[in-house]
Amino acid sequence: MAVIADLALQGAQMLLVVLLAPLLTGWTRKVKARLTRRRGPPLLQPYRDLLRLLRKDVVLADNASWLFRVIPYVIFATTLVAAVLVPTFATGLPFGRAADLIVIIALLASARFALALAGMDVGTAFGGIGSSREVMIASLAEPAMIMVVFTLALIAGSTQLSTVAVFMASGDVGLRVSLALALVALIMVALAENARIPVDNPATHLELTMVHEAMVLEYSGRHLALIDLAAALKLLLYVSLVACVFAPWGLAPKDAGPAALAVSLAAYLAKLAVGGFLLALFETSIAKMRVFRVPEFLGAALMLGLLATLLLFVSRSL
Amino acid sequence: MPVMLALVCVAGLLATAAAAVALGRSANAHRIVYGASLAASLVILIAALAQLVAAPAPAAVTLPLGLPWLGAHFRLDALAAFFLAVANLGAAGASLFALGYGRHETAPTRVLPFYPAFLAGMSLVVLAADAFTFLTAWEFMSLTSWALVMAHHRERDNAHAGYVYLVMASFGTLALLLGFGVLAGPDGGYTFAAIRAAPPSAGLAALVLVLALIGAGSKAGLVPLHVWLPLAHPAAPSHVSALMSGVMTKVAVYGFVRITFDLAGPVAWWWSMLVLALAALTTVMGVLYALMQHDLKRLLAYHTVENIGIIFIGLGLALAFKAQGMAWAAALAMTAALLHVLNHCVFKSLLFFGAGAVLNATGERDMERLGGLIHRMPQTAFAFLVGCVAISALPPLNGFVSEWLTFQAILLSPQLQSWGLKFLVPAVGALLALSAALAAACFVKAFGVTFLGRARTPAAERAHESDRLSLAAMFGFAAVCLGIGVAPGLFIDALAPAVQATVGSRVPMQSAFTWLTIVPIVESRSSYNGLLVFGFIALAGGLAAFAIHRLASDKVRRAPPWDCGFPDPSPATQYSASSFAQPIRRVFGTLVFRAHEHVEIPPPGLTAPARFAVELRDLAWDSLYAPVAGLVGGAAERLNRLQFLTIRQYLTLVFCALVTLLLVLAIWP
Repeated sequence: MAVIADLALQGAQMLLVVLLAPLLTGWTRKVKARLTRRRGPPLLQPYRDLLRLLRKDVVLADNASWLFRVIPYVIFATTLVAAVLVPTFATGLPFGRAADLIVIIALLASARFALALAGMDVGTAFGGIGSSREVMIASLAEPAMIMVVFTLALIAGSTQLSTVAVFMASGDVGLRVSLALALVALIMVALAENARIPVDNPATHLELTMVHEAMVLEYSGRHLALIDLAAALKLLLYVSLVACVFAPWGLAPKDAGPAALAVSLAAYLAKLAVGGFLLALFETSIAKMRVFRVPEFLGAALMLGLLATLLLFVSRSL
Repeated sequence: MPVMLALVCVAGLLATAAAAVALGRSANAHRIVYGASLAASLVILIAALAQLVAAPAPAAVTLPLGLPWLGAHFRLDALAAFFLAVANLGAAGASLFALGYGRHETAPTRVLPFYPAFLAGMSLVVLAADAFTFLTAWEFMSLTSWALVMAHHRERDNAHAGYVYLVMASFGTLALLLGFGVLAGPDGGYTFAAIRAAPPSAGLAALVLVLALIGAGSKAGLVPLHVWLPLAHPAAPSHVSALMSGVMTKVAVYGFVRITFDLAGPVAWWWSMLVLALAALTTVMGVLYALMQHDLKRLLAYHTVENIGIIFIGLGLALAFKAQGMAWAAALAMTAALLHVLNHCVFKSLLFFGAGAVLNATGERDMERLGGLIHRMPQTAFAFLVGCVAISALPPLNGFVSEWLTFQAILLSPQLQSWGLKFLVPAVGALLALSAALAAACFVKAFGVTFLGRARTPAAERAHESDRLSLAAMFGFAAVCLGIGVAPGLFIDALAPAVQATVGSRVPMQSAFTWLTIVPIVESRSSYNGLLVFGFIALAGGLAAFAIHRLASDKVRRAPPWDCGFPDPSPATQYSASSFAQPIRRVFGTLVFRAHEHVEIPPPGLTAPARFAVELRDLAWDSLYAPVAGLVGGAAERLNRLQFLTIRQYLTLVFCALVTLLLVLAIWP
């Protein structure tokens, strides 16, 4: 019985992330528009976009290969699995044991590997520029992220995200310099990974500095819908990750009752809303940087992460 | 008895080498030689696995060969059995690939006799149980592989590659010779059993460790001893490149593990810092060099350097943990290293097979002249892609598992007592993470430029799919990549006896956990289940595809590429290998390679072409090898005068030498 309840909860969480992801994107867009005194698209616009794209025909470039058609599904599946592994409102889910934080990072890396290959498939200049810059950004963002993972794992004594979240909620943590450094590094990485300002601009479609949009330029129809949904899932994943590690309040423990689950769900939605709002606020108050300033930005994240880890190595209390 | 069986097969390989000379240029020569090699490798593989899995008691044989008072000792313990299995798995794959690929060999008489001899040499190194046999086999392995590197000696740069390889191999063997000399002690106990019975003192053990690091490290490709590797590995025929990169470097790792963990006895912890620092440097430098290449085989060779670094990070951690009495943590680090030995053997061989298939289909190794091969060689492209994903350490394939285990071992290191390691290990972790990300970039480039996009030359346009046997070898190894990726626990359990033999402990029994989950220490700390991750990815992707095709739309229209409205029909406008690496070159290049860009743009009005060239320098070569080479050259120039003396002067020289020697003997206590 407990197993069935666990599995049901896991399934609910899976559905929840897929259904909520476009809403978070819509919410961020809406807040951004309001902050710049525009009315902005309706909150549900991302859903409408996805449905419209799903119904349309796919227009494939003449020399696109089979890989180009498979990759959207690969990206969607790997991102979904990674997103499901992050505790949203409940911890101790059965699938959580299958993979830890390092696996989540690596799954996202798989999705990016596939996307970068898709950018090179048709053989256009834009696709190549996007892929080459994406891997450059990833080559610095990923180690920075691993350093953040190291910090969390050393503090909590585990790389399992559920365990980390429970430990962070337990109050044994106290104030630590390492955690503050790790939080800053994590936010910098999250901005880069989600192609947000100041690293990339999610609202552009024709600009020499675009990265993510350049790689998906040749995609259309259902393929584009899947890639957009995966991008929304990734944003939700990072907001959930920051929330469950640095704001673990209200996470339902293992075997919680329905009332506790409802409370934690509400808390989760509130955290998402706050996260999206802060992201929009940050994006409207900063300008995009030149591509070759990005390494400095991410290098700083890497150094912060390394410093956080190093502090933990040399002192167990900082 | 597995060890006798293995030795008989090695003798069979040597007989095949002799037969290959007799067969000469006959049409069936390659079938006979590679077929016999395949059979022998498979038998040795089975014997090694039997020893590893079934019989824990090491089996030893002494043959009346070699030095009369010593004999040739052979022994198959768990460590040797593991490396013998890895080596012959690689050898069997390469032989199968060569059954198809070897047909196109232009100079078969230069390849066929040396190939089985090379295989025999590698197996003998692993089987040897005395210093003399070990070094003889080691040198035999070096020389046969050198002969294979020189198979196409008329091609540009190959002679140079062979020369550098020969010098470096001799240098490495010299270091090992000295190391064994120290180990044997003044009484000359050259058998491994005698060395084990009388281990050297701590100071001498450290000296042995450094000599082993130089000797085995130069063969494996540790920076800064790696310079020969990216020259020699690509110069050989592709199946031999696969063997050199995938297997011979592992035999070198075996040499290091055997000497430092088994023979030399315990060393002080700070020597592990030397290993860790070199390993981390190797990892990052290897992948950065690889990223800058546009020759496919050379890229793969440089990438071998990176993977050797990852293996040595695991070995360095094991050394540190062992020195500080944390055998359970050392077991995890050693497991990670040995699993990466197996993984790298599989995917690097697979990738070299793919590169060989591309070379055979197009006659090109330069990625700038390839492109679009996925349309012409879809099966090769698929197998190569599996190798690329595996080597980039992406789940759910095998490369990720060993890298994950290495990360888990690094996360145990705050428990180390010494401050030096506390500062060094986090930096090693950061460099390992950096190299993992760069490896993914490197293989996006390798696959993307070679197989994706549009064909850049007519040769790439006319490419044809590989033959069935080559494809069978590639798909076989691709399946192994997936197998280790989804069921790593089985392989971790299989190599546990080797780990036990080296560090005296082992990781938890993995078959005790449900659903093929792997648990390095305890379940609450970390666990990974490749099968579930793979299953969920496949399920989610499959369900999404099914639902969308059923409920939404499954129509496809073909049209010219969009490219923001300005598609250019010329394939030259695609991103090339150099342009793909340009952002990363700008980030790391000035620091690591002293990268220099020469841009030449003609003034407005002139129709001359603009030119762009990048100059990269190998710092190891410039600061280490060039001065030494200059010194040797200068000294040789001076000594050259000795050739033009008169007979009186020669006689004086001889007399002086004799007197000096007699004096030395008289004064010597």
